[in-house]
Amino acid sequence: MPEKHYLNATYGIRSWLLTTDHKRIALLYLASVTFFFFIGGFFAMMIRLHLLSPNGYLLSADTYNRMFTMHGVAMIFFFLIPSIPAVLGNFLIPLMIGAKDLAFPKINLLSWYIYVVGGAFTLYSMVTGGLDTGWTFYTPLSTVYSNSAVAPAVIGVFITGFSSILTGLNFLVTVHTMRAPGMTWFRLPLFVWAHYATSVVMILGTPVIAITLALAGMERIFGLGFFNPAMGGDPILFQHLFWFYSHPAVYIMILPAMGVISELIPTFARKKLFGYHFVAAASLAIAVIGFLVWTHHMFLTGQSTYSALAFSFLTFLVAIPSAVKTFNWTATLFGGSISFDTPMLYAFGFLGLFLIGGLTGLFLGCLGIDMHVHDTYFVVAHFHYIMVGGAVMGYLGGLHFWWPKITGRMYPEWLARIAAFILFVGFNLTFFPQFVLGYLGMPRRYHVYPPEFQVYNVMSTAGASILAIGYLLPMIYLTWAAFYGKVAGDNPWPATGLEWKTPSPPPTENFEVTPVVTWDAYDFHNRPDLGLDVPGHSAVVQTHGNG
Amino acid sequence: MHRTGALYGQFKTLEQQKDTASLGMWIFLVTEVMFFGGIMLAYTVNRHTYFPAFAMGSNTLSIQLGGFNTVVLLASSFTMAMAVWSAQTGKKQLISIFLTLTILLGFVFFGVKYIEYSQKFHHHLVPGRNFDITFCVNNPDKCEDISAKEMDVEREEIAKALAADPNLNAHAQLYYSAYFGMTGLHALHMVIGAGLLMWLLRGSLAGRFTPEWNTPVDIVGLYWHFVDIVWIYLFPLLYLIDRYK
Amino acid sequence: MQSPLPFFPEEASNFAGKVDAVFSFVLFTCLFFAVLVTLLTIYAAFKYRRNKPDEVGSQVEGNTLLEIGWTAIPLILALGMFAWGAVVYVNYRTAPKDTLDIYVIGKQWMWKLQQPNGKKEINELHIPVNRDIKLILGSEDVIHNFFVPAFRVKMDVVPGRYNTMWFRATKIGKYHFFCSQYCGTNHAAMGGWVTVMDPADYAAWLSDETGDINPVSAGEKLFSQLACVTCHIANGTGRAPSLNGVYGAKVLLADGSTVTADDAYIRESILQPKAKIVAGYQPVMPTFQGLVSEEQILSLTAYIKSLQSQPVPAKGAGIAPAPAGKK
Repeated sequence: MPEKHYLNATYGIRSWLLTTDHKRIALLYLASVTFFFFIGGFFAMMIRLHLLSPNGYLLSADTYNRMFTMHGVAMIFFFLIPSIPAVLGNFLIPLMIGAKDLAFPKINLLSWYIYVVGGAFTLYSMVTGGLDTGWTFYTPLSTVYSNSAVAPAVIGVFITGFSSILTGLNFLVTVHTMRAPGMTWFRLPLFVWAHYATSVVMILGTPVIAITLALAGMERIFGLGFFNPAMGGDPILFQHLFWFYSHPAVYIMILPAMGVISELIPTFARKKLFGYHFVAAASLAIAVIGFLVWTHHMFLTGQSTYSALAFSFLTFLVAIPSAVKTFNWTATLFGGSISFDTPMLYAFGFLGLFLIGGLTGLFLGCLGIDMHVHDTYFVVAHFHYIMVGGAVMGYLGGLHFWWPKITGRMYPEWLARIAAFILFVGFNLTFFPQFVLGYLGMPRRYHVYPPEFQVYNVMSTAGASILAIGYLLPMIYLTWAAFYGKVAGDNPWPATGLEWKTPSPPPTENFEVTPVVTWDAYDFHNRPDLGLDVPGHSAVVQTHGNG
Repeated sequence: MHRTGALYGQFKTLEQQKDTASLGMWIFLVTEVMFFGGIMLAYTVNRHTYFPAFAMGSNTLSIQLGGFNTVVLLASSFTMAMAVWSAQTGKKQLISIFLTLTILLGFVFFGVKYIEYSQKFHHHLVPGRNFDITFCVNNPDKCEDISAKEMDVEREEIAKALAADPNLNAHAQLYYSAYFGMTGLHALHMVIGAGLLMWLLRGSLAGRFTPEWNTPVDIVGLYWHFVDIVWIYLFPLLYLIDRYK
Repeated sequence: MQSPLPFFPEEASNFAGKVDAVFSFVLFTCLFFAVLVTLLTIYAAFKYRRNKPDEVGSQVEGNTLLEIGWTAIPLILALGMFAWGAVVYVNYRTAPKDTLDIYVIGKQWMWKLQQPNGKKEINELHIPVNRDIKLILGSEDVIHNFFVPAFRVKMDVVPGRYNTMWFRATKIGKYHFFCSQYCGTNHAAMGGWVTVMDPADYAAWLSDETGDINPVSAGEKLFSQLACVTCHIANGTGRAPSLNGVYGAKVLLADGSTVTADDAYIRESILQPKAKIVAGYQPVMPTFQGLVSEEQILSLTAYIKSLQSQPVPAKGAGIAPAPAGKK
């Protein structure tokens, strides 16, 4: 392990709280998103425990309604949206493109503080009356009728949105202006392409939710009437404004995870990603078409049939680039040299679960099916398959893959594989029964339900308990490994990205000498420095600073 | 990261740094377009649905004050552009002069806005606080700043508007929600802009801006022009709805 | 009841089979691709597993033909799914002409339903089997949603507007209905039962009134109490159009356009009379906003609807000239 690196370069709490080093900021984010993950997870446990019985005698109706609302708010705005971009993106993007830092390091730190302030407001809302409007804040329930702490929650989410905007802005500019010599656009790792596409969505979409929440907040506090029919307003206008961001938001959540998978599969199959250009283009296509489908959340609001037809059609279109990516990932495996390290297990898990989650989106986009399953557990199962089965798997896979780079130490491989397996089993047991529940007709956000739905609910809760263990394990062993794990070396896998050409952990300035790039991404055949056995080349092993 | 003269550590050349700052400000302005766009959409939808009420609301605004403010902001954009030009051509004293003029014009704008807002408060035209679009027409003695002739015109307009829309007050309140929302948001952006200008002024008085390095002047200029353009949209949308007669 | 681990609800409406059919199509298509990709992945994971620690994979960039193929085929299948679903949905959004109309009001946290003869129910809906039913949905407060899983239909109930939904129950029995849009504390308790009956039984149930007021007579009373009758004279000689035959007819407006006089038009005419002026008449009708409740509007509408069968005067109904005519 190198003597001086970014973790021990300077000491003291001020050197962390006032850092402008993107790697330290990534760790600040890691701490805060993990905190909110467990808050959201706590609410999830309460939901599943309560739903063990159809009469719901664990929690009162009002308390249950607060549980699912705050579960959604914490997980979406404070975990899923920031997680991969703010933790892995912040840490890796400068390293991957050969830069010393992001374009705007101080704005990066500012974005973390904004997140913390927004989180504080939302936590305040949670402890002073809670929030029971659903994370979707539909009016006039949220603006007129709810008796919960809507205003602080709306302010909290509003503020945190700017954290997202600044992160996206930073990434976009960085990728445009800070690439090392030779790092052309089509040599960029697909992780970077994925974050570029994500950043486009962040900067175009987030301001809209900001103004929407501002209007809803003012309506609640000052009694304005934009969304209140009693005053001439229109609750459907709120839905349009809300979903204009919140649909692209789901692409903010999944595109980075897809970017992680696009790194993991080539690395662990030791083969170029099949169809690099198509995968890069597909990321951009998802970002763009993702802005054109928001009304598929509103097929049954009584809107014009023509509008429903148009948005259903567009919804089917947005599925195609995701399908293309899935086929390309699978094709990469053929002819590869595949190992089953933990990150690759997460990649396989992602493939399977994202497949189900993505395909079930087709059911919902199909008008003749949505008229039955809209606002039922079918929808809940669909988005959890993508967000948990997809995005969280991608996040954990990425954390494991880059943990040696971030900490200089390796996690315990066999324990990690067991945890990955537990997660996969627990996840499916939790959420697959919910597809059935949805088609049978169990609506969402129900604190009591007809007794015929109990069997599937019990299955789901059993799965959730297993899932909880699956999440606790990495939390514990990754923390342990950061201090006591085996020293990993610069490039334990080995992988082809520029981030692996610096010591583990990297020095504060990332690269002592600015690298000059002459190779394609994932080009194992033209990287003699990796010391692998490439047919036609002799194995040249270069060691620098191992251990 | 420590500053090497004017070059920040993560950059290799001043040109790279300048391009980065510029691109950053342009992308930020795109996010501002989306931000204002949301409230403009809400305004547009409601104006289409409640045109008589929105026209009435617009008629209670002073086109003279609004027009004057428009000229003031356009002038301030000119002085801002001149400040940027001065920086680019190395005329250091002129930078400070033009920045000062821009700030002063900004304050004139605020002054007029203050007059307009306080008028609305007195005329019961603030949403949520006993909003009453007919207040002045029914209590001319309490609205002395409206001349007798203007009062007659307004009385006629109110009567027509009420006939077209019995719910005039509720819908006019929607108009005023949009009015305060949009102009308030705009004013907030101007306050931030004024703050940025004062920070620039400090720098220009210390002689920091040269033809080789004047990025802050450049990008604050971009921001200021954007804020001006937002007003160019707001003025016709809010003040000029029903004036073609 | 149902077996311990059921997957599908009962099929009890004209839409149930259609929805289940398109669902099955999408399910089997997706299952095919999911299984295909999964099998390919498992196969590749085994066949190409690493044999030696330093081994690398082969150098493959991609295959443009394959990319085109696996873009085009999913696209075609996706469009097929879209089209089939669209057909079912358009059918659902286009109510037939001759429906039995039932008014449904959702409020926190109960449903108030009103049969055509005025008989009211709370959290219960009695309907005859094999008859086209149209529900006209209104809300008194927040957004709700009326959902009958066995019929495979639902529709949002939005305050400030009417939404409609239609279906034809095909099996006698009792079926759950639910509120399916989160509406606050007792959202989950806001459900009830749809009872589908033999037409004779339904007629018997319907006429078994104990103290229920016929909305048509309530509406007639209101019509004179609120002085509508002073201007809307039946023989067309009044200041306002006669309302004989107006419900469901095409009305000619002052600006030259025509509009169908449905429930929404009647409600708008009562609350915002200046919105649409009938050709040949002055905009003098006062508004009744704040003077009538939603239920009173329903009664007035029921009365006006009953005037369909009254003789239409030569002048004064504002009905567009032939060939548009009635309904």
